[in-house]
Amino acid sequence: MITKEATPAAPAAERAAPAPPHPAKRHRPAWDEVPRWQIYLPLGVYLVFTLIPFYWILLFSLRPAGSTSLVPWPVTFDHFEKVWTERSFGTYFGNSVLVGVATLVMTTLVALAGGYALARFDFRIKRGFMLALLCSQFVPGALLLVPLFEIFANLQMINSLGSVILAETVFQLPLSMILISNFIKNVPYSLEEAAWVDGCGRLRAFRIVVLPLLRPGIIAVGSFAFVHSWNHFLFALMFLNNQSKQTIPVGLNTLMSADSVDLGALAAGGIIAAVPVVIVFAFIQKWLITGFSAGAVKG
Amino acid sequence: MAQAAAVAKPPAPARRRRASATPRRLPYLLIAPAGLLMLGFIAYPVISVFYYSLQEYNPTKPWRNGFAGFDNFVRIFTDDAVFWDTLVFSAKWVFVEVGLQLLFGLALALIVNQSFVGRGLGRAMVFSPWAVSGVLTSAIWVLLYNSQTGITRYLADLGIGSYGTSWLSDTSTVFPAAVVADLWRGVPFFAILILADLQSVSKDLYEAAEVDGAGRIKQFWHITLPHLKDAIILSTLLRAVWEFNNVDLLYTLTGGGPAGETTTLPLYIANTSVDAHDFGYASALTTVAFVILLFCSIVYLRLSKFGGENK
Repeated sequence: MITKEATPAAPAAERAAPAPPHPAKRHRPAWDEVPRWQIYLPLGVYLVFTLIPFYWILLFSLRPAGSTSLVPWPVTFDHFEKVWTERSFGTYFGNSVLVGVATLVMTTLVALAGGYALARFDFRIKRGFMLALLCSQFVPGALLLVPLFEIFANLQMINSLGSVILAETVFQLPLSMILISNFIKNVPYSLEEAAWVDGCGRLRAFRIVVLPLLRPGIIAVGSFAFVHSWNHFLFALMFLNNQSKQTIPVGLNTLMSADSVDLGALAAGGIIAAVPVVIVFAFIQKWLITGFSAGAVKG
Repeated sequence: MAQAAAVAKPPAPARRRRASATPRRLPYLLIAPAGLLMLGFIAYPVISVFYYSLQEYNPTKPWRNGFAGFDNFVRIFTDDAVFWDTLVFSAKWVFVEVGLQLLFGLALALIVNQSFVGRGLGRAMVFSPWAVSGVLTSAIWVLLYNSQTGITRYLADLGIGSYGTSWLSDTSTVFPAAVVADLWRGVPFFAILILADLQSVSKDLYEAAEVDGAGRIKQFWHITLPHLKDAIILSTLLRAVWEFNNVDLLYTLTGGGPAGETTTLPLYIANTSVDAHDFGYASALTTVAFVILLFCSIVYLRLSKFGGENK
């Protein structure tokens, strides 16, 4: 389709280029001519749908229990105090941070090593390995809970955060590795070769030449790993029985499955769960778009 | 260390150094950590699921454990109405969710790809639910849907509906209620991936089309959509697999209820293994789910001609 449309049109564009009597047409291409209301109206409607739930949980977390006011006034922080201490969200928060950061570091390091091999070398089991990476996308972690539980029981890792970190890392790896190898492929090999000629070893050349160029990709992959492990709850639910070891999503689930749900506490717990990822996300959002467009799409 | 020694030898030609810096073992060493982790924690569990699917295995009834041949599979296809119900519901859930998420995600991506005042902030806000977990999504929508102080109360104040309505416990409203909750979180996923792919559409094509007098709708159909095709196929497939497998949201939002109305196949499997401890049967169900998923994915990629004529 593209070629069919483009072939007759391209010469036309070239013909138009040297003669500038229609500057308006050349300088205001179609994608800039959308009437403003066609942007702001649907965007506004969608924003209402996006933001009401956020407002709702904020409202419930800040207004006193039993209030039906639609504005959080008078403001109370009782729910936060209660959930942080009485419902041990302080402990959960620490555990979640530990799991998130450890998963981020492990995923990024292992994916960098594997991704580099996939991008730069031809080796015998490469095709098979790539196929395994793709196939693993169809393996649902949730359906492997029982055998995974048995493995961690054998390793005596039940009730240790290590089990969750390992499981999260493993299920995060395939996609991360594919993404990273695509990013590395986008860095010209000749840059590395030039560094070797200048006397760098392979590792040093990688660190000095390739790594800085991989920044958007590493940010995308790392934040993905962090957010995913911060949010995921089945592994923590299954492998951590001890309350002092549990993570925030499990804590939220406990609050929700109580016989009479304490809505204020649930809302405050939800805010605590949301704040770190929303902040991370707001910062990396720009990198994410460039990261994905460079890595994900080019097979 | 060997490399450091090589560096110290100044006259050594670059080609020789390069060969020495690339031992044949290196790629294997580099993929070893990932490979070992995946062997131990994905491949081995998958194989043990296949193995258990041929076993009668229930830790609470150890006297009956042992080789069962294809008994579990026969039971699934001939004697398990819940399996068929949950399979149908899974299909419905995946189809509706992925379809609607794609539609809204595409529209959203096209909108925030325009340049307008406040674009950065607008993008950050509409994408933000993507970062929210399934459990947190449930928590938020439990607050919105609860019968005492949820949305319905304020709607009733305005004269719409009646007080005390609980959308999540009514079999006629639970499906749309759950769909909307999952849409809230799922639409940004498509919007982000499609927006990323939109960055690589050549602007020249639009200019050329403009010169040819093609309107915006024509440009969308003939330039934007063909360009996005592969990204759309891949993201819908990934999302469909993900929506099929993911149990976080429904597990915490509805628990599969009311009356099993929103139980997906994976949720049924989780209940069978975790609550009923019927590991053998759950493994057989997992195997069936896996085969169905693989089969549908291959058919989908074939039918959609992924990576086809455009490349």
